[in-house]
Amino acid sequence: MSSTPSLRLSGAEVRRGGRTLWTGLDLDVAPGEFVTVLGPNGSGKTTLLSVLLGLLPLAAGTCEVGGRAPRRGNATVGYVPQHTNVDPLTPLRERDLVGLGLDGHRFGPALRGRAERARKVREALLQVDALDLADAPVGALSGGEQQRLRIAQALVGDPGLLLADEPLHSLDLARQRTVVDLLERRRREHGTAVVLVTHELNPVLPVTDRVLYLVDGQFRIGTPDEVMTSETLSELYRTEVDVVRVRDRIVVVGAEDRLVHTGGGP
Amino acid sequence: MSTLDLLSLDFVRNALIAGVVLAVLSGLLGPVVVGRGMAFSVHGTAELAFAGGAGALLVFGTDAVGWGALVGAVLVALLFGALGRAQRERDSVIGVLLSFGLGLGVLFQSLYTGRSANKFGLLVGQIVGVDVGDVLTLALVGVVVLGVFAVVRRPLLFASLDPEVAAARGVPVRALSIVFAVLLGVTVALGVQIVGALLVLCLLITPAAAAAQVTASPTLASVLAVVFAEVAVIGGIVASLDAGLPISPFVASIAFVIYVVCRALGALRTRRRATRATIMAG
Repeated sequence: MSSTPSLRLSGAEVRRGGRTLWTGLDLDVAPGEFVTVLGPNGSGKTTLLSVLLGLLPLAAGTCEVGGRAPRRGNATVGYVPQHTNVDPLTPLRERDLVGLGLDGHRFGPALRGRAERARKVREALLQVDALDLADAPVGALSGGEQQRLRIAQALVGDPGLLLADEPLHSLDLARQRTVVDLLERRRREHGTAVVLVTHELNPVLPVTDRVLYLVDGQFRIGTPDEVMTSETLSELYRTEVDVVRVRDRIVVVGAEDRLVHTGGGP
Repeated sequence: MSTLDLLSLDFVRNALIAGVVLAVLSGLLGPVVVGRGMAFSVHGTAELAFAGGAGALLVFGTDAVGWGALVGAVLVALLFGALGRAQRERDSVIGVLLSFGLGLGVLFQSLYTGRSANKFGLLVGQIVGVDVGDVLTLALVGVVVLGVFAVVRRPLLFASLDPEVAAARGVPVRALSIVFAVLLGVTVALGVQIVGALLVLCLLITPAAAAAQVTASPTLASVLAVVFAEVAVIGGIVASLDAGLPISPFVASIAFVIYVVCRALGALRTRRRATRATIMAG
């Protein structure tokens, strides 16, 4: 595996609306590494993804994605956005949406390379076991199917870094597992680094290498065992938080009530 | 005179050419309009084109109507394009401007003392008044709009149907929304002069909405929307010649019938898919 980190943040600071969301963030993510970003609403999780996508400049510090400054339209970055409902009557099939992920940013009519394009789209759909749905209208799919499709769309450009914003949101346990398995397989087989933003650590706990936990401008980075302790989270939330291990699950008690107050609104 | 005799007349031929060009433009832009949820803003743009045309008629006379409509439509389309995607705010701003434009247009028309056919043309269409010069202008504008649309179609579709990922992939979402606003403004301004402000929607929305009922393929949806718009316009012109009535009611009725048929087909398709899913699940 190459020695260039998939992404590197050093001394990174982000401001939004005059408020500093976080500052002094140092993070190196190696190829194939799975980093889970946790924290209450408004702590700047999605904002971190915006920075990595080149949509938002840092107020201070540096950021590198695949050894270069982040930029919009970087083909080596795949992005799975937060789930939004697609109108059932939108004229768009699965393979169209995935295809847009490949060349939707290009101007001019697509005249050449149609066979190659179709092959890449098929391959991406195959990776998420959704080839049978290629001709289904996107709006007619279930939440889990749409999420798989989104991952196919993000993977079609063969990215070295995959950014996913709440990809498990509103999925039942079985579908959550399907999505997590897809991400796990991708990073194992292709060395794609994954940065996944979520409210729920447990579904991704078995595959998470490190956790970035953001609370109200403070953060901790480390393995789940290092970060998910009563001591660390109590420090972060500046209140008594209990972290309990129940079998292979981690239950955090006391942080939920703080969500609203630390969040400062969406 | 039979309908066939009428079809050989110059002004009828001009009308048909104008209608064909307008239908191609509407059919192609329609799916994007529907995809972006812009039906109401098309209607608003049409009313402002009406106000612009009526104002130009009052101040500069009949030759300026087209330009007045164009200026009114493009200005307001740009404004709507800049409004962003917050549906509720957009709706109310459009409502405010639409009613203001309509009021203004009515005022201009009341002050106008020329031929009354000139007045009502902008509201209900005056396709038989299209002359050779108009047709040439229309064709030229049509070619320009088509050319620009061919270049921006894919990123525009991406930005319209999937804005978050499009922005992340480097699509200039905001700039495209302004480009599309201009294309739409120009098309609406042409439409207002041919089918009238009240019926622009039946060419820009109805064919695309009908197509969306029967196909999920974006390309096929565009093709069908163009075909449906052509059938409505050409059918409307021919039928109106035969009946000796204005064309708008015919265009609107044909488009409506197409929509109803497509809806019925769409309902069948959905039910069949649901049945198949149940069988597969069972």
